[in-house]
Amino acid sequence: MIKKLFFAGSGGQGALAIGQLIAKASMEEGNEVTYLPSYGPEMRGGTANATVVLSDKPISCPLINECDILVVMNLPSLTRFESMVKPGGLLFMNSSLIPEKATRSDIRVIEVPANEEAQKLGIDRAANMVMLGAILKETGVVKFETVYAELEHMFSGRKAKFLAPNRKAVDLYLS
Amino acid sequence: MSKILMKGNEAFGEAAIRAGVKCYFGYPITPQNEVPEYMSHELPKAGGAFLQAESELAAVNMAFGAAASGGRVFISTSSPGLALMQEGLGFICSTEVPLVALNVSRGGPGVGGIQPGQADYIQVTRGGYNGDAKIPVFAPAGIQECVDLIYECFDIAEKYRNPVMILADAMMGQMMEPVELPPKKEITPVAEIPKVKPWAITGTGQHEGRNVIYSLRMQPDVLEQHVEKMFEKYARAEQELVRYNTVGLEDAEVVFVAFGTMSRLCAETMEILAERGVKAGLIRPISLWPFPEKAFDEIGSKTKLVISTELSMGQMIYDVKVAAKNRWPVKLIHRTGGIVPSSIEIADKAEALLKEVQA
Repeated sequence: MIKKLFFAGSGGQGALAIGQLIAKASMEEGNEVTYLPSYGPEMRGGTANATVVLSDKPISCPLINECDILVVMNLPSLTRFESMVKPGGLLFMNSSLIPEKATRSDIRVIEVPANEEAQKLGIDRAANMVMLGAILKETGVVKFETVYAELEHMFSGRKAKFLAPNRKAVDLYLS
Repeated sequence: MSKILMKGNEAFGEAAIRAGVKCYFGYPITPQNEVPEYMSHELPKAGGAFLQAESELAAVNMAFGAAASGGRVFISTSSPGLALMQEGLGFICSTEVPLVALNVSRGGPGVGGIQPGQADYIQVTRGGYNGDAKIPVFAPAGIQECVDLIYECFDIAEKYRNPVMILADAMMGQMMEPVELPPKKEITPVAEIPKVKPWAITGTGQHEGRNVIYSLRMQPDVLEQHVEKMFEKYARAEQELVRYNTVGLEDAEVVFVAFGTMSRLCAETMEILAERGVKAGLIRPISLWPFPEKAFDEIGSKTKLVISTELSMGQMIYDVKVAAKNRWPVKLIHRTGGIVPSSIEIADKAEALLKEVQA
């Protein structure tokens, strides 16, 4: 098994955080993982992306030419990275911020109104967690339970109050 | 022990702390900023001292002083910062003081850029310091290997009484991989230093007479004798420190030579070439000096071409040519400036070069 995932959005949207959570959860489930973020003079409002490779064998290369799963949180990311998806692969797009349709017809497109759903829950900043829930539901790439454990770890101490709302956002697509 | 997912730079700092580092000196430079940041809050907790110097020049000389007095010392920087440290490294070699330096390299020359580069190959293997000196250099290909090397290199540095360099790159510094961290070694208490490092400047209270650490030797015969003594240990290093990995050399038509990040790309390139019916092998030097020349003796009879694969205009290729001893044509596949080629690009170029030598 080898799965290549790519996450992109604008800085602050939490695209990288979803990638990191999935990488960490997959490692906890016994897989080899690599997480490679873009870096540079990129801040809130700029572009940000991360490559995640998950495998049951040692991973030779953390860089990818194409991906099985692409997650885009905004329009510039869709435009730039849509061609990366393997034929038959999956594209998750944040339809709240991407009114356009995907151009590819050889992939499965899943539109997630992540910002709207997060707003409905009253937790605007958890749009990425809504997206994460959708990814887990559609792909089973990692188990919900493993992600819950990671969230507990992530939102502990002073951040503990954010655990319940974030988990609510992740759970939205569970049912 | 369980694995944890760590960012390269933070794992490198933790490896040094676990190796019993007493002092870290550094100056911020991308893409290794997380090393000093991590050391600033974690090293004091472990009983060590973190100091942000005013420049790389100051950092290396502070490190020189602390290491001369017997402390385990770690420094880190990135390419242009290492250029500033070269004078200090020459003095540290000359005075036979051990320390470990990490270079999370980026593109050059000059300030260059902040994306991954391997154009420091000549800087780290030949040095920018004056005079006859050598620094063992290890180039890991992943975060676990880098952690293990940093942990071990303090012992190597102290055994040889010489600096040891780790050459990582921006990609390794920024990415995350699962790591199993080695056990924590205790920092040597000051009172114990004269026992483990009898040469260290620890004051006359603990040993007979004065220990003096100096670089100036005005009499040519004295200097020659000193340099020859240094080269006796470098000759031992050439026997003891050679490290490399090889993959599929016995029946390879093309053999890639690549270190660090490039070796991981080559590993994937080999799979792509296999699908196209081309058998490729890989020599991955882990020690860049001493360069693993003997790895080339493992190349089988089917090889038509050796390709030095680098993120520079071609620097390791000189060592590759020496090691190849005219047995095969040696070609170069490279990108520079911070651009990392795709495995498909490398495969295409390798196929074209193979056709060229077969024509």
